[in-house]
Amino acid sequence: MKKIATKTALSLSVLAALALGTASAQTTIKIATISPLSGGQSNLGTQIRNGVQLAVNEYAAQFKKAGFNLQLVPYDDQADPATGTAAARKIAADNQILAVVGTLNSGVAIPASAALLPSNLVMVSPANTANQVTDRGLANMNRIVARDDSQGPAGANFITDTLKAKKAYVLNDKTAYGEGLAAEVEKALKAKGVTISGSEGTEEKSDFSSIVAKIKLTKPDAIYFGGIYNQIGVFIKQLRGAGINTPVVGGDGLDSSELPVIIGKAGANNVYYTTVAAPLEALPAAKTFAASFQKTFNTPAQGFGAFGYDAAKVTLQGILDAARANGGKAPSRKQVLDTIRKGTYKGLLSGEVSFNSVGDRKAATLYVIKLTAGKAELETSLAVKPPKN
Amino acid sequence: MTVANPAKPAVRPPLVKPDRTVLLVLFFIVTSVLLLVSHETDIMRNLGPLGDVLRNKVVEALVVSLFLANVLFAYLWKAANWAKLLVGIGSLLFVLPLAGQADTSLLDLSIQIMIFAALALGLNIVVGLAGLLDLGYVAFFAVGAYTWSIFASPRFGEVLKYYGENPGSTGSGTLATGLVLTAVTAGSMVYIRGLHARTAPNRLSNLSFLLAGFGLFAGIMLVGRSIMVLFSGSAEALANGINPGFFWLFLALSVMTAALVGVLIGLPVLKLKGDYLAIITLGLGEVIRVLANNLDLYTAGSQGITPIGSASVPWFNSLAGALGFRPEQHYLLFLYVLVLIVIAVILLVNVRLDKSRIGRAWIAIRDDEIAAQAMGVPLMQTKLIAFATGASFAGVMGMIFAAKQTFISPESFNLLQSITVLSMVVLGGMGSFSGVILGAAVVTLLNLRILPGLGEASANVSWIPQEVNPANFNRFIFGSILVAMMLLRPEGLLPNKRVARELHHDQDQEDESAQGNASGLNAGGDVYSAGLATTKEDDKPGGER
Amino acid sequence: MELSVLLPFIVNVIIGGLVLGFVYAIIALGYTMVYGVLQLINFAHSEVFITGAVVGFEIFRILENSAMNGYLKLLLALVAAMIVSGLLNVLIERLAYRPLRGAPRLVPLITAIGVSLILQDTLRFLEGLQGRFDLTYTLPAGFGNKFCAAEGSTCAPLGNFLRTIGVDVQLKDVILVVVALVSLSVLNYVVNRTRLGKAIRAVSQDRVTAGLMGIDSNRMISATFLIGGALGGVSGVLFGMKFGTINAYSGFDPGIIAFTAAVLGGIGSIPGAVLGGLLLGVIQNLIGVTNIFGNLLGLANLETIDASYSKIGPFIVLVLILIFKPTGLLGKSNVEKV
Repeated sequence: MKKIATKTALSLSVLAALALGTASAQTTIKIATISPLSGGQSNLGTQIRNGVQLAVNEYAAQFKKAGFNLQLVPYDDQADPATGTAAARKIAADNQILAVVGTLNSGVAIPASAALLPSNLVMVSPANTANQVTDRGLANMNRIVARDDSQGPAGANFITDTLKAKKAYVLNDKTAYGEGLAAEVEKALKAKGVTISGSEGTEEKSDFSSIVAKIKLTKPDAIYFGGIYNQIGVFIKQLRGAGINTPVVGGDGLDSSELPVIIGKAGANNVYYTTVAAPLEALPAAKTFAASFQKTFNTPAQGFGAFGYDAAKVTLQGILDAARANGGKAPSRKQVLDTIRKGTYKGLLSGEVSFNSVGDRKAATLYVIKLTAGKAELETSLAVKPPKN
Repeated sequence: MTVANPAKPAVRPPLVKPDRTVLLVLFFIVTSVLLLVSHETDIMRNLGPLGDVLRNKVVEALVVSLFLANVLFAYLWKAANWAKLLVGIGSLLFVLPLAGQADTSLLDLSIQIMIFAALALGLNIVVGLAGLLDLGYVAFFAVGAYTWSIFASPRFGEVLKYYGENPGSTGSGTLATGLVLTAVTAGSMVYIRGLHARTAPNRLSNLSFLLAGFGLFAGIMLVGRSIMVLFSGSAEALANGINPGFFWLFLALSVMTAALVGVLIGLPVLKLKGDYLAIITLGLGEVIRVLANNLDLYTAGSQGITPIGSASVPWFNSLAGALGFRPEQHYLLFLYVLVLIVIAVILLVNVRLDKSRIGRAWIAIRDDEIAAQAMGVPLMQTKLIAFATGASFAGVMGMIFAAKQTFISPESFNLLQSITVLSMVVLGGMGSFSGVILGAAVVTLLNLRILPGLGEASANVSWIPQEVNPANFNRFIFGSILVAMMLLRPEGLLPNKRVARELHHDQDQEDESAQGNASGLNAGGDVYSAGLATTKEDDKPGGER
Repeated sequence: MELSVLLPFIVNVIIGGLVLGFVYAIIALGYTMVYGVLQLINFAHSEVFITGAVVGFEIFRILENSAMNGYLKLLLALVAAMIVSGLLNVLIERLAYRPLRGAPRLVPLITAIGVSLILQDTLRFLEGLQGRFDLTYTLPAGFGNKFCAAEGSTCAPLGNFLRTIGVDVQLKDVILVVVALVSLSVLNYVVNRTRLGKAIRAVSQDRVTAGLMGIDSNRMISATFLIGGALGGVSGVLFGMKFGTINAYSGFDPGIIAFTAAVLGGIGSIPGAVLGGLLLGVIQNLIGVTNIFGNLLGLANLETIDASYSKIGPFIVLVLILIFKPTGLLGKSNVEKV
């Protein structure tokens, strides 16, 4: 206890000094992130935080010119809804925070955005694809990723049209993300008359031998797996190890340079995923982003890093626009909220972003990326739209 | 916090404590002012550098913690009763809500602290009093939460709709069959039990009891199913869940459901001892979570249930409105007051139970199961009551948690939560009511205020690399505190008097090496010492060796 | 469905379960040995085990481009992991558990949970410094191949036979089982045939009496932690080799199941832990395919039992077994003396 006390005292005095030092004429504007920074999902949450940090670094000069001191305050939600809600309420109480980028889990996003709504604090999600995140029609909830019911059918279309599959096996990771996405895929596949030879969820992260055996038994033409790359990669590795070369399709949770590493070069074939982030070679900006991400954080950028970066850019551009409309003064939260919902943002890694009445992306290009011998290539791109406009 | 000096364990605190009335009131006033001022942006702006310091997140977290320490000091310090009352009531009913008006997160935090305090009190009965190690306690919390959520959300309408579309052959005839089956089997179970009381149970009667149990289960399922089908016509009307007026009824229902699940889980496993029980409860806790994740029709699976209603109390809302609370804060304020009342009730129940026959029976079982049995304590029954009581506290708080969150999904009820609650109990002091509440407050504050505060404050300090930002080291810091506490003060922050006396009893003996602070060198001596005998007694509730 | 298709399916599922079971068995040994001497659920064992996996990863990564023989690399990885995990376990006992000898048993349990949390974040931090989170084993070439796949080699007939009956076994599965069996026999020898083993058994039976017989119980407890930790290191490398990718947090789930295996077999019993591990591995896999059987038998209720239930299968089996045999499968039923 005593040690902690001294430590706190030490950091306190340092911080106090810092606080005094930075208290200048410039108005401080902060944006916050809510994502898991500790625990088993911390790699994904940290990617989001880092992506946002990169955007903040880039925009700091612009904000300075406009007379603002831009800061990022990252919050850890531990992938726990209650902790995320508490963080959201805490953010709401800090008047300098004008916007939130987050979260990773829709289980956190749903209560957190509800907690932010009364104080008109806008939230731009880099990762939540669950339909009900925006179906609730909250004025402050926006997202730059495609909804489950637009990404799912896109994946299903790809399975039927390009892969020409007649029989498919649908898997999910039993999280809100994976299960929601897989359910939409299954629905769309059934509507197209594809036989579902199996549909199940699994929380298992290491041993997939029973599922692999079932796939071997039912011989599907394609496998859809809704989930995150570090689980699906292990699955694909075991699938290929058992000599099954059936194509595996997934959603934007697979968008990661780690995926081919996990599968191993030899098996990383015939793997597809849909994502809104443009592949590196298609967009020069994506290359610059990847390089500066690696340089700043000493770790390669994954899909969630890119989404976080894009979400932050939307947010920051929105704040700048709102400030301009407010005559160069710091805008109110309500102004930021309205500006972001109405604005159109160009030059992002995922193309042009504008939001519909409930905060879904109006139109997006969904890229289908194919892994061949561990290399990611653009297979095709599909235009998707949310159900409402 | 004054940590007992480990070097002189024999020195007992003086019996006469100095009167600290003045200090207490002074502390209350200072921290209250600090808390209120630091959450008033207008005043803060005019304070200049002082305002900047106060606005610092670490300072802010510290102010909140100090303010909450008021209640602790009012409880601990010797002071005039009026001062204690003033501080207790003043902090909880006036200053905290007032500060919460400016900063809603304070209300959220206080509710969360009290929810965890109730959970810790419930687990304390199971672990601290009855000595049954339960690692799946959060399952009961989940049961309570889902009991209310399914009915108070659009889920209920969906369930009814499903049954309306898939009635099968269910009709009013099924209802009758189900009712008859339930009545007959329940009756025969009661009869067999009565028989068992008179004659020794034999294989046949055991079997028929089991059979009747299955029949009862089937009967209840049939009744439930047919009721669902018969009511499916009103699916439209209940599309947004049942009338919020049912909140009060469900407050009782959630208690009962959780207690029932506690009994159902307890029946097969409470025969087992110690660590067998621990691992089984851990497993069953996971089973409940996985079921919640898989029973999509009722729980919406991983997608979670939202929006979940809360009670609507118009007069309270208008009162809150008159006091200047914003409309979106009304339900939180209501839940805050409700949770205060509930925790007061729980505390009362705890204190009464502790002094009652059953409370003594629990402690007897904890200290020596065999001796307790020999003295005529019915083991199974007593343990079941402990399990059910603990579960019921979790159930009611689960419901309040669901109403507070307006969204629940299975990820809120994982193993880590059970472990967190257990650590609150042990940190605060097993068997001590004030201790476990303090434990809950400390852990929750740490998780929701102090660590995020540290993380936020250090996020924009250039010389602290992001890799070592405290926000990333939640588990590390939490783990370190657990280990440090256990090594330095194993009896907890506010130890139970009885436990403390036992520890002192040990210390009075010649050999002190059996104590927690024995150094590595002479710890070898404990093997030969007579002091080990007490150690073994402590081990007893663990059983099997 | 035809039997000729179904039979290999079931055989493959059971083989997969057994391979998994061997990993569980060796992890379970670490739990059961520590439990035997201290009656403590060493929650930190799952992190000791994953530390071994991380060490194995580092060895394979460093040696990735060296021309060293693959088996030699594996041996190096195993030895390094055993040393690191064993010493880590001893260190944990020394710093965190020994001072608590004699405290009520929940106190060391909470300490163990605390140590487990500390180690998780420390491991993540250490790997994070190098920009890594998910650690993917770079196994020597050929480990992932089918067992005895090379034509013309001496074991090709065996491989051909396995393939004709439709059994998939990878070389690394066979290596895993061999390493597991070797470690088990070494452990068996040490515990049952050496003075050290005798002393450890004496301490776990009765620490006081063992002390009176002149056994330094603290040294024996350290030795137990060293052996348990070394086994954790072995299981970590095997786990990483088998499944390919780990991270600092991935020890927790297998750790819990391995402990369940130890309880199932009768906690404190070494053969029990092995039996429990193998059983749980198979049961977990069988539950994962229950829906196929439900489909075949036409039982709609079984069809809903899919892979998502395989995680809780072990616990349900545990409840059932403990109801009928409260000391576990091979546990001794002790009469508790008053």
